[in-house]
Amino acid sequence: MPQKQTLTPDGLQALLDVLQARGYRVVGPTVRDRAIVYDDISSLADLPAGWTDEQDNGQYRLVRRDDEALFGYAVGPQSWKQFLHVPIQRLWKATRAGDDIRVSQEPVADEKLAFLGVRACELDAIRIQDRVMTGGEYVDPHYKARRDGAFLIAVNCSTAGGTCFCVSMDTGPKAETGFDLALTELDDGAGFVVEAGSEAGKAVLDELPARAANADEEAAAEAVVARTASSMGREMPAEGLRELLLDNLEHPRWDDVATRCLTCANCTMVCPTCFCTSVEDSSDLTGTESSRSRRWDSCFTMDYSYIHGGSVRSSTASRYRQWMTHKLATWVDQFGSSGCVGCGRCITWCPVGIDITEEVRAIRDSGRAEGGRNAG
Amino acid sequence: MSTVLLPDPAPVGADPMLPRVARVLARRRDGPDVWTLDIEEEGGGTGFAPGQFNMLTAFGVGEAPISISGDAASPNRQVHTIRDVGPVSGALARLKPGDPLGLRGPFGVGWPMTEAEGQDVVVVAGGLGLAPLRPALYHLLAERERFGRIVLLYGTRSPGDILFRRELESWRRRLDVDIEVTVDHAGGDWRGHVGVVTTLIPRSAFDSANAIALVCGPEIMMRFAIVALRDVGLADEAIYLSMERNMKCAVGLCGHCQFGPDFVCRDGPVFRYDRLSRLIGLKEI
Amino acid sequence: MQASGLDRIIREHRFFAGLDEEAIALICGCAKNVRFEAGQYLFREGDAADQFYLIRHGRVVMEMAAPGHGAMSFQTLGENEVAGISWLIPPYRWRYDAKAMDLVRAVSLDAACLRGKCEVDHHLGYELMKRFVPVVAERLHATRMQLLDVYGTPA
Repeated sequence: MPQKQTLTPDGLQALLDVLQARGYRVVGPTVRDRAIVYDDISSLADLPAGWTDEQDNGQYRLVRRDDEALFGYAVGPQSWKQFLHVPIQRLWKATRAGDDIRVSQEPVADEKLAFLGVRACELDAIRIQDRVMTGGEYVDPHYKARRDGAFLIAVNCSTAGGTCFCVSMDTGPKAETGFDLALTELDDGAGFVVEAGSEAGKAVLDELPARAANADEEAAAEAVVARTASSMGREMPAEGLRELLLDNLEHPRWDDVATRCLTCANCTMVCPTCFCTSVEDSSDLTGTESSRSRRWDSCFTMDYSYIHGGSVRSSTASRYRQWMTHKLATWVDQFGSSGCVGCGRCITWCPVGIDITEEVRAIRDSGRAEGGRNAG
Repeated sequence: MSTVLLPDPAPVGADPMLPRVARVLARRRDGPDVWTLDIEEEGGGTGFAPGQFNMLTAFGVGEAPISISGDAASPNRQVHTIRDVGPVSGALARLKPGDPLGLRGPFGVGWPMTEAEGQDVVVVAGGLGLAPLRPALYHLLAERERFGRIVLLYGTRSPGDILFRRELESWRRRLDVDIEVTVDHAGGDWRGHVGVVTTLIPRSAFDSANAIALVCGPEIMMRFAIVALRDVGLADEAIYLSMERNMKCAVGLCGHCQFGPDFVCRDGPVFRYDRLSRLIGLKEI
Repeated sequence: MQASGLDRIIREHRFFAGLDEEAIALICGCAKNVRFEAGQYLFREGDAADQFYLIRHGRVVMEMAAPGHGAMSFQTLGENEVAGISWLIPPYRWRYDAKAMDLVRAVSLDAACLRGKCEVDHHLGYELMKRFVPVVAERLHATRMQLLDVYGTPA
């Protein structure tokens, strides 16, 4: 384990400079539209200094802190999937000349990405999407091109969000692996404790004005993480979760949540692991050029399961059940882990405030399997 | 470089997301709104297993999963049976000989032809379900001596809806296969069975202790056929069915075709019944 | 000679399996062998349901005649199946036509005779009901499936 070092805030700017000099496109948190979103970052001035977020069921707002912490918030509506598994991706173009058609594959992106401020839950989400997009028989070349060589700077959370539950999902708040650099922001502007998690991270760290961290600083960093771990906003009863849900596919709770769920699909858009897509073919007016694009899709839409003049899942209950049982149960069968990282975005951004941990608890506490009417 | 190691993507020519350009050789009407296209790929076909499907693209319109309904022993001539039910299938069904189209595939798990060897084979088809079963029948008849009794039970709405009628009649003339066709209703000129296809099951002769059933048709019909097959003594492990769900990618990545934990495009479309028995009875899974 | 042959047929018929000797004798008393040439009607819509048939050989098609449609068939019956249910239900009139598709050999059972015997001997009545109700239920189930028109083109 490489020795921890300390960086001053100016040292952080040096990190941005080094990355930019090496040709990375640096993206990180910034305030826009009254939320903390991920966008291109060129200097520390772009970061949400002194801002924190207050999150609850269906609620998000930014509030001023009484310090100038750069990363003193939890997570915003966006995740890093918008850069890796992009919302719209052209797959191929076809050109027609008479009766001949030639299909050409869309070239993969040629961009080096650096992510500044990746939370532990987000590292886990990236790992999960890596498995989905590139760990199976089919490897998506577009995801892989963006993912390969991406430089990840993790940030250990100094504050737990109101809807966070990474502790009960065992995904944080401390970043353990999967990063190139990991930062812990010390209180009162004292700087950052930084550690390298890879050869690439170490190489960049060597170029920064960092010095070895002393024992007090290391202890302070650990205290920050411990404080976060003990102030989680939510808790997921994760024990035996897969079996609990798969044994209760006809539980009356599905009908109950269906009276609240609008099937607006917000949860799937903000979720860092949701990966479903659809395709759209289009052509120009003369029919000479046609193309196919892949775009994000959601299992909450009526179109999603459409066959033979109808949708297989037309009731709200069945669609909510599909999302939740996929995320927490069948994901395990498909990919070997849960699909949920405990970031809480789905709780925060649900317009009616549905809480996935509460839904699980309701089924678990009802103490009966297969009770009540069929969902639908 | 991040510590994550990712496998290399398939070379461009073999990318299963990229359609290969193919051409319609022949087009036949096989029923009301049902068309069969013979398609040829430049450089010859890649071959397929009975029960697999291709994704066919009508350029500028869209793509749809279509069962391969031809003979796996003649891979160069890829036969697809399409029902015109929407813009994409309609555009495909209207293609004429010489027209180009896009082809991806073959995808999916096919019928268990090897497992069936040495056993009686009961094929239960409903409506358009006969199309993905036809390649299995071609194989069964071509390798006749490898199998016990072969029985085809086919049900459809009315005599005018019978798919591949001439072929069925010619098979019927064989002495080594039992073909029974039934319709839901008929006029006076029909001399065959009238009634649901499941009623043919208890009446047909096969050794249920050493038989395998291949079932394909509308999901309701498959559920009832399976009840009838189990009633005559077939084990859940001896029944195979072909599922259908919305598909966009056919490689297990878009999520649309999920049925419980399975991706129909990749873990199916042919499934052994015991794998699905719990979920298939539940609504809207 | 015919009586003992019928006796064996009824005794061995799947439909009467498990009946005791007394019941078999009662039923035999109402039975006789019949035969229909191809195209001949076993019964017609509206006729009194005076007998029903155990098909031993050949096929029978159930039809309804509709103006402009000719004969519409909705079910075919074969060996070992029973043609005729309305004999059990007042007003004991056939609701459909039943026609022999090929040469049909059957055992005809006198419905009025059997109904009379069942009124007197409730044990016989119950045994017959036990065998008939499943047939009616199966036909209803099959009819429902046909009604759902599962092969139809989607709306």
